[in-house]
Amino acid sequence: MTTIASNAPASADRERSRTPDPGVAAARRRRRILSQWLFIAPAVLYMLAFFGYPLVRNVVMSFQQYTPATYFTGEAPFNGLDNWRAVFTDALFGASLWHTLLFTVGSLAGQFAIGMALAVFFSRRFPLSGIMRSLLLLPWLIPMVVAGTVWRRVLDQETGVLNEALQGLRLTSSTIPWLSSPDFALLSVVLVNIWIGIPFNMVILYGGLQEIPKEIREAAVLDGASPLRAFFGVTLPMMRPVVTVVLVLGFMSTVKILDLILALTNGGPAHATETLGTHTYQLSFLQLDFGQGAVVGNVLILISMVFAVIYLRANRDGLGR
Amino acid sequence: MRMTRTDRLNALSLAFGVIVLAVLLFPLYWMINTALQPGAAMAELRWVPQTLDLGNFGRAWESQAGNLLTSMLVALGAVAVCLVVAAPAAYALSRLRLRGARTVVFGTLITQMVPGIVVANALYNAYVELDLVNSYLGLVLADASLGIPFTIILLRAFMVSIPEEVLEAGMVDGAGRLRVLLSVVVPMSRNALITGGLFTFLFAWSDFLFALTLNTTDAVKPVTLGIYEYIGAHVGDWGAVMAVATLSSIPAAILLVVAQKYVAAGISGGSIK
Repeated sequence: MTTIASNAPASADRERSRTPDPGVAAARRRRRILSQWLFIAPAVLYMLAFFGYPLVRNVVMSFQQYTPATYFTGEAPFNGLDNWRAVFTDALFGASLWHTLLFTVGSLAGQFAIGMALAVFFSRRFPLSGIMRSLLLLPWLIPMVVAGTVWRRVLDQETGVLNEALQGLRLTSSTIPWLSSPDFALLSVVLVNIWIGIPFNMVILYGGLQEIPKEIREAAVLDGASPLRAFFGVTLPMMRPVVTVVLVLGFMSTVKILDLILALTNGGPAHATETLGTHTYQLSFLQLDFGQGAVVGNVLILISMVFAVIYLRANRDGLGR
Repeated sequence: MRMTRTDRLNALSLAFGVIVLAVLLFPLYWMINTALQPGAAMAELRWVPQTLDLGNFGRAWESQAGNLLTSMLVALGAVAVCLVVAAPAAYALSRLRLRGARTVVFGTLITQMVPGIVVANALYNAYVELDLVNSYLGLVLADASLGIPFTIILLRAFMVSIPEEVLEAGMVDGAGRLRVLLSVVVPMSRNALITGGLFTFLFAWSDFLFALTLNTTDAVKPVTLGIYEYIGAHVGDWGAVMAVATLSSIPAAILLVVAQKYVAAGISGGSIK
């Protein structure tokens, strides 16, 4: 506090500093550094409290035994590797891990392919293209729980419009249990998440495309390359940094998705859409076993961190600025 | 008059664009369409509402007005906390040559990778100890954490581009760092601040995870939690559920119309190309 207020005296110091005095200069420097850190301190403390502390606490919690009684007694005794053993021997953990993989890879592939196609399409200027591009952002902007709820309506087996339309067009003879059958539920959840992720992919890839000089692409086409060859041979390689960022950020937001799945299927039917995120939620907040929840959470962190490293490497230039 | 090749291409692109838009926005159209039609009997649902019926909205409003207000208060609170914390940090990280600044930027990036459920897991336990469960303050602070790293990164990238001379001019006039921040940097960074604030608002408005996990009673219930519980209780009454969904999408729609340039800037800026 006093250090911020001391800015005025600091400028008075500057006046005096024409007659250099090593002691005063050092003290002044220290005070300046301290006052500068005061600008950053609130943010650092905030991030330590809301990100650093949870990371550490989750590791500690994964070795503690939580029961509903813990909230009355306040006691969570350490129990060694019990939580880890319990989680890893439960078949549901393996299933969640597998679903998370399918969900993430499927979502990313779909989001990226469609997002890229739309980015290329919209980089041609035509009437209303700007307005259309911004309207396409809507799915990304509405709350995910709301998107999940709306899709639950669209995909409803008996009264949903998708089945109605498919039957009307005579594409299917019976209704498809999009969300109510274990065979379809994960696919449906992936499709909805692709829908949500298209705008994000499109916007960033569109930005990347704008930065590639038109002449380079045109030169390739003039040299006789087909537009498709020119895209894969010239445009895509030049977009590599942007592509990396999109995919890694997409990975990070997809791997931990919880609200969409809770709104669509609640992890069911028969755990068919249970992922690491929903599994953590179930263990911690429904079974009130925060220790086991923390174990799954730690696995989720570990997976995210691997991609964090890739991301930071991709962003090294941005960091150096 | 004959169409040129470009005209034809434009017309084709326009037509294709309309189809893409129609397909991708169909669920949202369907949400509004369902909300505007009376009765829960889905067999009678038309592709276009025949008459304007606001009955669903009436019921939705009755049950969710309080939750919408809660969402608004929490989101605005989160924006305030976020900007107050993020702006000075971004300024210091972009301007002052501090040892350790790189580490802070690195840490800020890392926070983006911490899964929300992991935070909620630990936070709930800490909140129980701090008596912050079921409180506005607790939810505001948690929701602000969704926007702070993003806003710091966004603001820093912008502030780096402010010419040093402008700031030095402020300093020469005898202003301290804080004065320079408030009277020079903040006004100049208006657009970046708006973008950071908008996104923090959207993150907080959309937040479901913290709303779900940090509240055990109905004392603090944002609309995302409201709709989740509503669909559980009124699963047959799709008209009203879709009306709630429509109401809770309004901020996104408004932002898109009023502030679309900030929204696009935020999406690409947040990725720190």
